[in-house]
Amino acid sequence: MTTPEPKLKTGRSVKDIFGKLFFNQLLIPLVALLFLVILNLFADPSFFKITLEKSSTGFYILSGNLISIIDNGSELAILAIGMTLVTAASGGQDISVGSAIAIAGSIVLRVIKGLSPSISGGELALYLIFAFVLCVIVSALFGAFNGALVAFFKIQPMVATLILFTAGRSIAAWINNNENISINDDRFKYFGNFLPGIPVPTPVFISAICMIVIAVVLKFTNLRLYSQAVGINSSSSRLNGINPKMIKLLTFIILGVCVAVCGFIKVSRTASITYAVIANNIEMDAILAVALGGNNLGGGKFNMTASIIGAYVIQFLTTTLFKFKVSSTAISAYKAVVVIFLIILSAPVVRRGLSNLKNKYIASRSQVKKEGV
Amino acid sequence: MEQGTVLEMRGICKYFPGVRALEQVDFTLREGEIHALMGENGAGKSTLIKVLTGVYPKDGGVILLSGTDGPVHIKSPQDAQNAGIATVYQEITLCPNLTVAENMYIGRTKGPVTNWRKMISDAGRLLDELGIPAHPKQQLGNCSIAVQQMVAIARAVDMECKVLILDEPTSSLDEQEVQKLFKLMRDLKAKGVGIIFVTHFLEQVYEVCDRITVLRDGQLVGEYIIEDLPRVQLVSKMLGKDFDDMADIKSDSDTENIDYESTPVYEAMGLTGTTGIKPFDFEIHKGEVNGFTGLLGSGRSESVRAIFGADRVTRGVVRIDGKPVKIRKPLDAMKHGISYLPEDRKLDGIVGDLSVRDNIILALQVMKGFFKPFSRAQAEQFADEYIKLLNIKTASSDTPIKSLSGGNQQKVILARWLLANPVYLILDEPTRGIDVGTKVEIQKLVLKLASEGKSVTFISSEIDEMIRTCSRLIVMRDGKVVGELKGKDLNQNKIMATIAGGES
Repeated sequence: MTTPEPKLKTGRSVKDIFGKLFFNQLLIPLVALLFLVILNLFADPSFFKITLEKSSTGFYILSGNLISIIDNGSELAILAIGMTLVTAASGGQDISVGSAIAIAGSIVLRVIKGLSPSISGGELALYLIFAFVLCVIVSALFGAFNGALVAFFKIQPMVATLILFTAGRSIAAWINNNENISINDDRFKYFGNFLPGIPVPTPVFISAICMIVIAVVLKFTNLRLYSQAVGINSSSSRLNGINPKMIKLLTFIILGVCVAVCGFIKVSRTASITYAVIANNIEMDAILAVALGGNNLGGGKFNMTASIIGAYVIQFLTTTLFKFKVSSTAISAYKAVVVIFLIILSAPVVRRGLSNLKNKYIASRSQVKKEGV
Repeated sequence: MEQGTVLEMRGICKYFPGVRALEQVDFTLREGEIHALMGENGAGKSTLIKVLTGVYPKDGGVILLSGTDGPVHIKSPQDAQNAGIATVYQEITLCPNLTVAENMYIGRTKGPVTNWRKMISDAGRLLDELGIPAHPKQQLGNCSIAVQQMVAIARAVDMECKVLILDEPTSSLDEQEVQKLFKLMRDLKAKGVGIIFVTHFLEQVYEVCDRITVLRDGQLVGEYIIEDLPRVQLVSKMLGKDFDDMADIKSDSDTENIDYESTPVYEAMGLTGTTGIKPFDFEIHKGEVNGFTGLLGSGRSESVRAIFGADRVTRGVVRIDGKPVKIRKPLDAMKHGISYLPEDRKLDGIVGDLSVRDNIILALQVMKGFFKPFSRAQAEQFADEYIKLLNIKTASSDTPIKSLSGGNQQKVILARWLLANPVYLILDEPTRGIDVGTKVEIQKLVLKLASEGKSVTFISSEIDEMIRTCSRLIVMRDGKVVGELKGKDLNQNKIMATIAGGES
């Protein structure tokens, strides 16, 4: 846990360090996180207890609320990556990710079930890889479908993705003839739970891999520059040789891949699927994560780290509310109250107001200095 | 406040981080006068206007208005409007997706019910009165930029203002439209309205204004009656130094050395696109500066856009260094060493929220490729080099480009295309809406580039600027090339005659 507290080492520059942090985009999600931590510390310090227990499968695993947060927050964090890029380039959001996860999960189950009436030995690994690759391809295609509507037909992202939002869960059910599939092989559950002998939940590793991949992509390609440029001024980007349509399409395809990974984790958690419930409302949480990260939902500049932290803040909030014994039907209402507060704080208008305050402060200081001389 | 004064600003101060935008500036506007506010980029003209209209809060000073006792506090543009201060900005600030009438009355209807029929008939009458060729029910976005600008003025005029601020209203108007606007300004002046006129066109200042206030570096230089301040003196006051006459710039370049018999750097035959221009032939040689001229809408911008592949090209043969090539999109042109500085800086040029650095490296980065980003250090080096070379005034290379003044934004876009190291540079209105000093700098730069062996196509609405820089002019009318002038024919009268057509 990092806290935005100024260090007193450099003396003179404490104010500057504080000032810098105060107007950093990471501030809001970090403060929110800090707030939740303090709240829980006061309410019940045992919230942070992490224990090493023997699980039903006979291995030692870590358990506790913090583990549950980084475990269950994995899908949201992965989605936030794709959603941030889509938001930056197209200035809109994809609301179909929940439904698309249902499709991705359904495909995985269909392939595993269909190909293996009786799974034996090492063949499962092969089936898993095949299932995963297929669900990545199909999810990317659905992403491309959304992206094409947005980029080539210039339909607003929310309207374009409304189609898949509505149809997705039906498609998911149709893939498996609306049967309730469940896989009885414990090895299939590895990806949503624990690998034998490893005490940390597997989704944590998967999301870490996704973050590393996106960090590498952002570092070694121009994805950041291009998607920001397209989101800010698409006409000017085009005259600088960028193909705005392809960039928009690309961000939707990347989100599609994120969706595939999420779908795979989701079905692996329970080794089954409930079409109407799986990843329900996750699109809203993903959009929220982007907003919470202080990113402009109208597109343009983005901060990937802030979005990812935003995702974990949302998960932290959900877990905290459960801990406070808020009933699952009321949880959305409680969440909404907290979210309103956070969103207002991270709204560009408020941020601009804050930075105006800062400017005034600096100006008045420089004026004083001048008069002093 | 003296009798006959409509507006008095005293000791206005305004600070931005690290910059004092305005320091103890006084400004007085009298009833029924047209008052020019002059100064270079970053002199503080726009800031003063924005303080007056409530866009920025002031950090010091008082504003007095006739008809009110004591200082007024203008906290928002709405306050300014209510106080009788109307503004027409350089960039259109209306809603293109609404109709002309809606744009004229938006935010000014009283009560929850709008009388649409009255609104449309009122708008129609006013448009007629002002001679603006637009229909009230027409969607604003479908009008030309000039007409949009005039609708904005009509809106301001209809608000019965005491003070009318015109911030670069003429930069997108052609000569006829400017005359219409001036007539309108004189009418309003006769009615006692005080008009603040911000412009970069010296000729226009001397044609229509009564008084001039000059600002430099956020400070007041002085207020002058127009007869007392000859043009040369005005310019030297704006620049704060003796003005080396712009007419001299051409003499240090020698345009005689161009070899018109050599293979052209760029050559097009029968080029045409979807934007309504007729097929045209065009060529440019090494070290040559030529230009397209014509009235607004004559197709001069569309022609260069076709060359760059900015709009869809439907027909035509293009040769670069004699070799046939296909230019379908901007990237193709860029890869063949063509750069294009677009006419509309705000819409097609800058990427507003990105830093000056990202804006500078953008074109070169795109040419280098998606998978080969420049390192931060490399990008910084490029940016710093060009910030210094072109003397771009910015706090740092991290500053978002949108917070720079117009002229400095333009320099950043120029830097972007110079960094791309083109063999052929197209500059469409690079001097529009920027101050005299930067204009001269850009013109000198163009000639310097040509002397280094680059080819430049230069477009400007100011004919004398074209005469100074170009050695050959292509004249367009109604989407068609109607003439080509060079040598002795390059003079104002001949160009005017060719643009107008008829006998030659």
